[in-house]
Amino acid sequence: MSKQSPFRCARTKLKTLIASTSVGLMLTANAVALPTAEVNKTGLAVTDDTVTVGILHSLTGTMAISETGAQEAEKLAIKQINDMGGILGRKIEIIQEDGASDWPTFAEKSRKLLVKDKVAAVFGCWTSASRKAALPVFEKENGLLYYPTFYEGLEQSKNVIYTGQEATQQIIDGLNWVAKEKGAKTFYLIGSDYIWPRTSMKIARKHIENVLGGKVVGEQYKPLGDTQFGSVINKIRLKKPDVIYAAVVGGSNVAWFKQLKAAGITAKKQTLLTISVTEDEVLGIGGENLEGFYSIMKYFQSQDNPNNKAFVAAFKEMWGEDSVIGDVTQAAYLGPWLWKAAVERAGSFDIDKVVAVSEVGDIELTTAPEGYVKLHPNHHLWSVARVGKWNKDGQAEVVYESELIEPDPFPAGYQ
Amino acid sequence: MLGGYTYGELGSILAMQGFAGFSLFSVLLLMALGLAIIFGQMGVINMAHGEFMAAGAYTTYLISTITEQYFPAFMPYYFVFAIVIAFFVAGALGYLAEYALIRHLYKRPLDTLLATWGLSLIMQQSYRSIFGAREVSPTLPDWLMGSYQPTEMIDIPINGMFVLALTAFVTFAVFYLMYKSNWGLRVRATTQNRIMSGAVGINTKKVDRYTFALGCGIAGIAGAAFTTIASTGPTTGTLYIVDTFMVVVFGGAASLLGTIASAFSIAQAQSILEFFISGSMAKVYTLFALVLILMFKPEGLFANKVRR
Repeated sequence: MSKQSPFRCARTKLKTLIASTSVGLMLTANAVALPTAEVNKTGLAVTDDTVTVGILHSLTGTMAISETGAQEAEKLAIKQINDMGGILGRKIEIIQEDGASDWPTFAEKSRKLLVKDKVAAVFGCWTSASRKAALPVFEKENGLLYYPTFYEGLEQSKNVIYTGQEATQQIIDGLNWVAKEKGAKTFYLIGSDYIWPRTSMKIARKHIENVLGGKVVGEQYKPLGDTQFGSVINKIRLKKPDVIYAAVVGGSNVAWFKQLKAAGITAKKQTLLTISVTEDEVLGIGGENLEGFYSIMKYFQSQDNPNNKAFVAAFKEMWGEDSVIGDVTQAAYLGPWLWKAAVERAGSFDIDKVVAVSEVGDIELTTAPEGYVKLHPNHHLWSVARVGKWNKDGQAEVVYESELIEPDPFPAGYQ
Repeated sequence: MLGGYTYGELGSILAMQGFAGFSLFSVLLLMALGLAIIFGQMGVINMAHGEFMAAGAYTTYLISTITEQYFPAFMPYYFVFAIVIAFFVAGALGYLAEYALIRHLYKRPLDTLLATWGLSLIMQQSYRSIFGAREVSPTLPDWLMGSYQPTEMIDIPINGMFVLALTAFVTFAVFYLMYKSNWGLRVRATTQNRIMSGAVGINTKKVDRYTFALGCGIAGIAGAAFTTIASTGPTTGTLYIVDTFMVVVFGGAASLLGTIASAFSIAQAQSILEFFISGSMAKVYTLFALVLILMFKPEGLFANKVRR
């Protein structure tokens, strides 16, 4: 859909890139101004030429490391939308709040954004805990949240659009791939000890045992933040699994990979597939400690398509040449674009109308950096699972792409 | 457990598992030494100890970055210097903190707890503003990476051995300083009887300041050493602070020997338990045992009789 022109000088290059990203997302160019009374019947913060949205991520505290990229991507998308003339002829204005890595704060700030600021949509939350804290507020005040993180599933709310993968979209194809390509029969599961790794491992175990006919030779959970993996590594050595399947997060993640390497377990001898490493994490872990291991995600920064090249260039232009873009950052970037598409389809900012057209299930983005995405009636996105092999420079090479996978937040037979 | 494994295999696992315990021991001890000096000798509960550790880690990261950019030929050797500089940077910060904050609160021990906690929050946010929220890792020299293989089946992590050796060195240095030097004599005298020490001409204020700086400096060394094991972020310190206090309290607050014994028993218990049950449960059982022992021996493993 978007046409690429050869780029000459840097300045035109950027403009062309932004424009080409935008072309495919532009479905209904709205030159005729719609009266505010028409597009806003529920008292949202919409004027004749502006509409206000909220961004709610942790800028301080332990989660700031992960959430920084997400809010940067959301701001980039909003800036690009504004450069194209905004939504229904209105420029988007942002009110940003800090969740401070504290879950009750997320609920409190959500209430502030919805009740006091009357924002038309909120882009935010990262951990499942923060989403669960904010969810009752969004349901009570009838707000609209675009949530970017891949998560454990088992949830579907009228007031939330999930732009990341639910668990089955990430896990099942990765396991199929490793079973087929590497002939894997035995698996060792290791994760941090909280809801997301545990739910993911539950699905993984069911799939390994019931579908692949393989065997789980060990399952281990380490407390969040733990940095000592010596004993676990010895256990793995004893069990000799074909594949280590890992969902270790945060600071532990770095310690885990550094100690694996120090213990002489490298990609030469051992296949390792992880669902918790994106480019963001690699910055801390160091590419040399991950070389040859695999991640399963829906997006990698190295993806070779025109949409992604434009996105990466625009992101670096706005946030610095050293920026890296992980899976969640890209999913966060989709939020404002999906909202724009839905609002324009509905011809209104009213939450109920926006949700109603979103639930039809045919809102699609052909110029998403990850490729093509479509919104499913169950509020999740159809997406492709990709296996990336890590290089020393901290970028992954995509070695496998699945078909477009239907989101299934309540997978039968996996609970 | 024996089923299907040869004795050779089990032997090598045993050797590596033993090393894993020692490795954890050295980590715990290195962290706890600085805290034990400050808590034990001065009675100050330093909640910002972890942040002084992070100061050492960030110093190492900075030196690594500078070396990589300007003196790439120096890369294999920089780490040793980084440890020394980390000691002085964290020590200087500690000196400053004592001068500006702690010395005004010696008569109010519970207030030092709050004040140092506040200090830790300030330091965390400063790291976040200066170095960014993302975690960083220094580029380590090649000789620190990888493993040593005495036999085909045994891999001993080199970074683990390095931390172990460093811990041994620091421990001996601290013992020498505390029990063989004049300075150590003054510190111990001040601990035992502050008024009397002042009367015989010891500048107790100066002793306090340098003791605090020394404790923080050792935290800096720990921070530098831990960059070989994990990454550094603004809140790295908080990951270690609870374990550190656990070691110091369990060992008996005023006893260096107690700190060593306590670090050793906690590390071995945790590492052995973890091999047989899951990581989270190993921690639960270790803490449970600790609570039980402290109920019967509230003063910790080794208690110094101190006249206050």
